[in-house]
Amino acid sequence: MVTSPIDRLARATPPSLARKVRGLSDRTIAWIFVAPTILLLLAINIFPLIWTVYLSFTNYAANKPNREIEWVEPIYRNYARILTDEGTWSNMQTTAHFLIWTIILQVIIGFTLAWLINRKFKGNDLLTTLLVVPMMLSPAVVGNFWTFLYQPQIGVVNYIVEFFTGIPAASFSMLGPGGLAPWSIIIVDTWMWTPFVMLICLAGLRSIPDYIYEAAEVDRASKWRQFWTITVPMVLPFLMLAVLFRGIENFKMFDMVNLLTGGGPGDETLLTSIDLKREAFEKWRTGYSSAYAIILFVTVFGLASIYVKALNKVKER
Amino acid sequence: MGTYSVTEPSKASKWVAGLLVVAYTIITLLPLMWIISTSFKTGPDSISYPPKVFFEPTVEGYVNLFTTRTRPAVSELDTLPPPDGLFEEIARRQGTIITGPSRFGERFLNSVIIGFGSTALSIFLGTLAAYAFSRFKVPLKDDLLFFILSTRMMPPIAVAIPIYLMYRQLGLSDTHVGMILLYTGVNISLAVWLLKGFIDEIPREYEEAALIDGYTRFQAFRKVVLPQAATGIASTAIFCLIFAWNEYAFAVLLTSGNAQTAPPFIPTIIGVGGQDWPAVAAGATLFLLPVMIFTILLRKHLLRGITFGAVRK
Amino acid sequence: MKRMTLAASAATALIWATQASAQDKELTLCWAAWDPANALVELSKDFEAQSGTKMNFEFVPWPNFADRMLNELNSGGQLCDLMIGDSQWIGGAAENGWYVKLNDFFDKEGISMDAFVPATVTGYSEWPKGTPNYWSLPAFGDVVGWTYRKDWFERPEIQTAFKEKYGRDLTPPATFAELKDVAEFFQGRDIDGKTVYGASIYTERGSEGITMGAMDVLHSFGFKYDNPEKPYDMEGFVNSDGAIAGLEFYKSLYDCCVAPGTSNTYMGEGIDAYKSGQVAMQMNFAFTWPGFEVDPNVGGGKTGYLVNPKGPNGEQYAQLGGQGISVVANTDNMDGALAYVKWFAQQDVQQKWWSMGGFSCLKAVVEDPSFATSQPYAQTFLDSMAIVKDFWAEPSYASLLQASQARVHDYVVAGNGTAKEALDGMIADWTEVFMDDGKL
Repeated sequence: MVTSPIDRLARATPPSLARKVRGLSDRTIAWIFVAPTILLLLAINIFPLIWTVYLSFTNYAANKPNREIEWVEPIYRNYARILTDEGTWSNMQTTAHFLIWTIILQVIIGFTLAWLINRKFKGNDLLTTLLVVPMMLSPAVVGNFWTFLYQPQIGVVNYIVEFFTGIPAASFSMLGPGGLAPWSIIIVDTWMWTPFVMLICLAGLRSIPDYIYEAAEVDRASKWRQFWTITVPMVLPFLMLAVLFRGIENFKMFDMVNLLTGGGPGDETLLTSIDLKREAFEKWRTGYSSAYAIILFVTVFGLASIYVKALNKVKER
Repeated sequence: MGTYSVTEPSKASKWVAGLLVVAYTIITLLPLMWIISTSFKTGPDSISYPPKVFFEPTVEGYVNLFTTRTRPAVSELDTLPPPDGLFEEIARRQGTIITGPSRFGERFLNSVIIGFGSTALSIFLGTLAAYAFSRFKVPLKDDLLFFILSTRMMPPIAVAIPIYLMYRQLGLSDTHVGMILLYTGVNISLAVWLLKGFIDEIPREYEEAALIDGYTRFQAFRKVVLPQAATGIASTAIFCLIFAWNEYAFAVLLTSGNAQTAPPFIPTIIGVGGQDWPAVAAGATLFLLPVMIFTILLRKHLLRGITFGAVRK
Repeated sequence: MKRMTLAASAATALIWATQASAQDKELTLCWAAWDPANALVELSKDFEAQSGTKMNFEFVPWPNFADRMLNELNSGGQLCDLMIGDSQWIGGAAENGWYVKLNDFFDKEGISMDAFVPATVTGYSEWPKGTPNYWSLPAFGDVVGWTYRKDWFERPEIQTAFKEKYGRDLTPPATFAELKDVAEFFQGRDIDGKTVYGASIYTERGSEGITMGAMDVLHSFGFKYDNPEKPYDMEGFVNSDGAIAGLEFYKSLYDCCVAPGTSNTYMGEGIDAYKSGQVAMQMNFAFTWPGFEVDPNVGGGKTGYLVNPKGPNGEQYAQLGGQGISVVANTDNMDGALAYVKWFAQQDVQQKWWSMGGFSCLKAVVEDPSFATSQPYAQTFLDSMAIVKDFWAEPSYASLLQASQARVHDYVVAGNGTAKEALDGMIADWTEVFMDDGKL
């Protein structure tokens, strides 16, 4: 982020100054402010996580409450079974395909929209508000309604395609066999969440002070050069934050795609979360599914921590 | 202002940009318009093959959304007294009689309580934590921040069973408080991360000045930082509300009669034989309204909030 | 004026809502959220009036019904006093002690299981199957059958065209071979300016759809779950030549005769396809039939009802649906819950249940001479209920179902492998589950 002179000045103020001020010490205040959040997270997130870790080494099945919980033999058996299962890897690929394409599309469209809106034409704020409406809908409603829209006979999508391209509406099926389904779920997610990326990019664009462009103009830098040397680097930290949140959300995507395709046709859209749900709530292999959940968690955790390091580097520049 | 500025885009580029954005907006709103128009269709019109763009509007979907109906035998229907009121009349037209209200009202109310409650709590806790992270030397700051973020990475399906068992022990299962805490737990990572960004942007010298004037840290926080952060808080609140308002997986697994929110209810409204698409669309439309109103009300803040960085110099 | 009535209705709604907490004797009944559930609420008003008990209802949408309720039962929750749970849950419910065993209660109250349609007693109440151990009272009979567009079948030009092509009259199909002919005949045909398709069949992947659909066909082709002499011995029964032919038939039906894009169809999608006039025939559970009778497009005599057709060897079976009503062992109002079951078992209540669209399982109701003509679909329902087969009702039914969903969908819809491979794979999966359970 841009360091203004004021910021630099502020940071230069000796911390001892604050300490002299009456009242609680900064350290105490810091803990009072942070503690409730940490406590809540420990209760709501960490406790279940520890429980899940414990279950992941057992044969526990939630639908057999009377059966004694036993450690699996060997202790890593659940993990080994998942990691050696071909299905897991193909589901991971399906998830990666979904994740990568939704992020690429949302970044391109979201950034372009933000950049256009930043031209500050008349009515841009009204359009911004209208544009964010799709992400206010419930994923459950979206998943449900898009199955309806995608239905070749009674949905409207196929007829619109027919109208513009002449391809007969009855000749293809967005969610059926034929390889379109993985793309159809990407379209819906992009439709819904591009506004999120757009908003954060817009925040980034508007945080660039005018004087930087003015200086560049004085240096006779071309618009093209200004775009790549000022706009893009300055927006990048914002954009990366948006990608981080979208990435985490889409890695655990469940409700919307589950309602759209249920993982089908075949296993074409079987994201890991849908597979996990089947293991946990349909096959009721709670121990196994807990191990599965931990593997997914560690994967996101690992990817995200590398990513956040990169994000911090970009921010520091 | 008013003088020529190098950063002010040219008129032509404004036009082009405006047209492109309008075009995208129209495309993106089409599915939404379809949902809204479906809510004014009759059942047969809603599943018409091929789909109908023009139709005779009716509020059947809305009536069905708010009522439960039963379908008596045709012979029995003829013996009934004439319909009483608009709702009954519309129900009769579909060969049904109203037997009571549906539970949409309750669930909508639950959504309001849980959605806004957890948003308020997320913002409250998030602002405090974000301020601390922004201003103080918190030990292991980066790790703690990442820890907070990491709590968002666990798939809800995976933690649903432990949370369910824990909530049962604590008596929080199927309660408003339980759901508020749960959604706050999920949302707080977003709140802390976004708010920290906004508070980082507020010049420290304002507080330092206040401290020198004899304010305590608390007072400085309340009277100097909070008003400055209002815009950021408003836009963060929008994001938190959107999540809590629409959450589905936890709601369907952890709640029932008492604290169930609307999202699990809406997509599966069953009418007379089969899914009642107009009622589903009506539910989706009405359910969208509060968040939209909330966003429109806070729109200025949202737009100002995200422009904050630019005006601060 | 409009405004006034709207306000008045809203006020009434409020009064309804506030009345809810007035009584202290309460019962909660859990079931799926669907048409019959609404009828049951209406029916139960008599019980409320008689007993002074306040009835609460917890209806969960079908796609989440099993997740939600099994989670509740597994963890010993106290949400439900009465449960109308799916027929396949009965094994788990009995072995894990979720439901109260009702034998003593039935004896005491003089409720005889002989008074109910035998298939429903076996399907909904017994565990282990074939033994007189009852865990529920048959509540809602359901079975997969077919609807067809009688109005299209009766059109002279269509009849002529059919006769020209197949050399016989267009009649409602009695065998699967005939059904496929009819479906092929209608596939892509132009009727009233619209392209229509042959049939709607179950293909859904997520819950139980395609299994229900395929099994509906497979049984009549000779499929059996296991060796009648030796339980859980599946080799040569699940993958018998007949079963393979049956699964191949189901795929051929899917390949030739369904509307485009119906690769994830279950009850709701089938209803939509049929009501919107896309298909000539539709496979669906009987509970959907009352809804067609009153539909403006397909109701009023335009729809005919068919028992599941015969297989190549003349065998004829149909997939069972439906549920029994059980008392949850954890209830804190045992007497009230049992009183409800007792009330529900009465003949006049069952009679009324049928008239409101609930498919009664009481012999006295369905064998009454006036029953067959009481609704256009009544006879078809009755005939279908006599030939039902159900899926495994083992405690691990969910794992078994998941396996068959994956195998059948993968072969029929995704087109991977052969029918034999799919059924062989099913045996392998099921064997693993039974070994896990210590039954093999």
